[in-house]
Amino acid sequence: MSVIDLRPGEKGYIDTILGNEKLCKRLLALGCIEGTKITFKNSAPLGDPVIINVRGFDLAIRKKDASNIKLKED
Amino acid sequence: MKTVALIGNPNVGKTTLFNSLTGSNQYVGNWAGVTVEKKEGYLDKSIKIIDLPGIYAMDTFSNEEKVAKNFLLHESVDLIVNIVDASNLERNLYLTTQLKQFKKPIVLVLNMMDVAESKKININIDKLSKELKMFIIPISASKGTGLEHIREFLLRNDFFKLPIDNEFQFQNFNSEKETYKYIEEILDKSITYSSNDIISTKDTIDGILLNKFFAYPIFFSIMYLIFKFTFSWVGQPLADLLDEGLQNVLIPNLNTLLQNSSPWFKSLLIDGIVGGVGSIIVFLPVILSLFLGISFLEDSGYMARAAFLMDRVMRKMGLSGKAFIPLVVGFGCSVPAIMSTRTLESEKDRKLAALIIPLMSCNARLPVYALFASIFFKGKETIVVFSLYLLGIIVAFIIGLLFKNTIFKKDEEPFIIELPEYKMPEPQNLALHTWDKGKGFLKKAGTIILSISVIVWFLSNFNFNGMTEINNSLFAAIGKALTPIFKPLGFGSWEASVSLLTGLMAKEVVVSTMGVIFGANLDALLPKYFTQLSSYSFLVFVLLYTPCITSIATMKKEYGNKMAIFSLLYQFLLAWIVAFIVFNLGSLILS
Repeated sequence: MSVIDLRPGEKGYIDTILGNEKLCKRLLALGCIEGTKITFKNSAPLGDPVIINVRGFDLAIRKKDASNIKLKED
Repeated sequence: MKTVALIGNPNVGKTTLFNSLTGSNQYVGNWAGVTVEKKEGYLDKSIKIIDLPGIYAMDTFSNEEKVAKNFLLHESVDLIVNIVDASNLERNLYLTTQLKQFKKPIVLVLNMMDVAESKKININIDKLSKELKMFIIPISASKGTGLEHIREFLLRNDFFKLPIDNEFQFQNFNSEKETYKYIEEILDKSITYSSNDIISTKDTIDGILLNKFFAYPIFFSIMYLIFKFTFSWVGQPLADLLDEGLQNVLIPNLNTLLQNSSPWFKSLLIDGIVGGVGSIIVFLPVILSLFLGISFLEDSGYMARAAFLMDRVMRKMGLSGKAFIPLVVGFGCSVPAIMSTRTLESEKDRKLAALIIPLMSCNARLPVYALFASIFFKGKETIVVFSLYLLGIIVAFIIGLLFKNTIFKKDEEPFIIELPEYKMPEPQNLALHTWDKGKGFLKKAGTIILSISVIVWFLSNFNFNGMTEINNSLFAAIGKALTPIFKPLGFGSWEASVSLLTGLMAKEVVVSTMGVIFGANLDALLPKYFTQLSSYSFLVFVLLYTPCITSIATMKKEYGNKMAIFSLLYQFLLAWIVAFIVFNLGSLILS
């Protein structure tokens, strides 16, 4: 599952980041690395983009990109 | 002269620190080859401070990062001042670990100590300094505390004595994961959190401003306020006042003063130079008021939310959500709109938005629509004018899609933006930013506009035999030569092409030129030259053709010669094609 499968307010732990190199590099530099806690905060009123929270700050990111943030299944 | 490089993540108070250190002693320019803003200022005669772009890392391929990296690698930097958000050290120190690899004297400025405190984050500064092997100065820039320590430190001018952590290069990080692990270990030793459940004011405000039902009404109200502030309440009235002063005070007085000098000199001074200067300074109040509004949105933290809210819509034309604002401003005037594209995140967004903006029908085009609609479309004026505005938007969408998939294809950047904490913008930051924009416009665009004004004045007042009426001028000769180009669009008279040519000065000039060359009674005369269909085709052409010289000059100032020339040519071609389709399809249907 990916971060967009979470319900608003729900938390998960990052497993891996897929997608192109630009996206990966950017997310990794922002601290989206394996084992990091990530919260799905909310969707925009039109459903896309979404807000996620990692390491204490909010990021707006498009659904298409966020779906590349895969979570650990437990 | 010592060079100090100021660097840090976005939204950490870097600009506030830069402004407080340099005051008004700062200059805004461009980094060579890219559209990234370059700011430098002076603390005193011996210390120059370069404000590098706000970035999160050095290696994720954005232009901002390349600029910062090249500067640190290739320029002689005497000190790196790395400013970080004390309330969010984990992510901020990531950049720090990359900065340390440059092996230059470096000082860590812990900003927002007050915020960290209110979040109950206790930072053991000595411990942190020891672990990171860095000199640390804690401050709260927005409160003004600690700034004097930085100033003193810099003025002491002995930062070459700072120890350089040479061992750091052996900290070989193979991945972001290892870097973050290193940071986490350091922070574990130097930071304690005394409370976990803090109610964030950000979440409360976001709950309203990003609310499913309120978000868009609030967003459009804010847009409306800024538009009104710029074009109805403050900017435009001031511009009109300046214009009136010019027309009613300066020009009559100059006329009296120069009554004994030769007519060509009088005309050069009054029509050429004063006219040119006038057309520059009347833009100033509009630019200043708009940027006051935009800086307010930017500094308060709302701009990131606007980008978030509009992303879904703007993405369709290849732009990010933030680009909505410059496009809306374009309905008032393309000049400040093009300038405001500089606030967009990526190079592609900035350039694409700047190219599309002139397709939004600006205020100056309205007098032309109004004149033709009142003559050729009596009783249907509103729908005709509205159709032109709509056509502009539709064409903008198509062009956006086209450019996105052709010239900007390789520049696609992922859309990831931080939604920062809300804060009250600081007056000094607002004033400096607004003034920078005005100053830049006067200096860079002003000189070009003035010289073109004089050339246009010469062309429209002279021919090879000396001074003459516009009907016999060099401009008229050029217009006559251009006539065949416009014939397939339905308006093949030289009067029409000369009007369009003078319209390059400012679109509303099309109307006044027609007044001059046709003589007084346009109502009776225009129908002899235009049919209903060809008048609409003419309006479509006016809507889309080459932007006025002030816009072109602004484009050149912001994005260089290539973009300016491209904009000039592509819009001419675009206008021709669309007007051709309108006229010929119309003829087909009507026949």
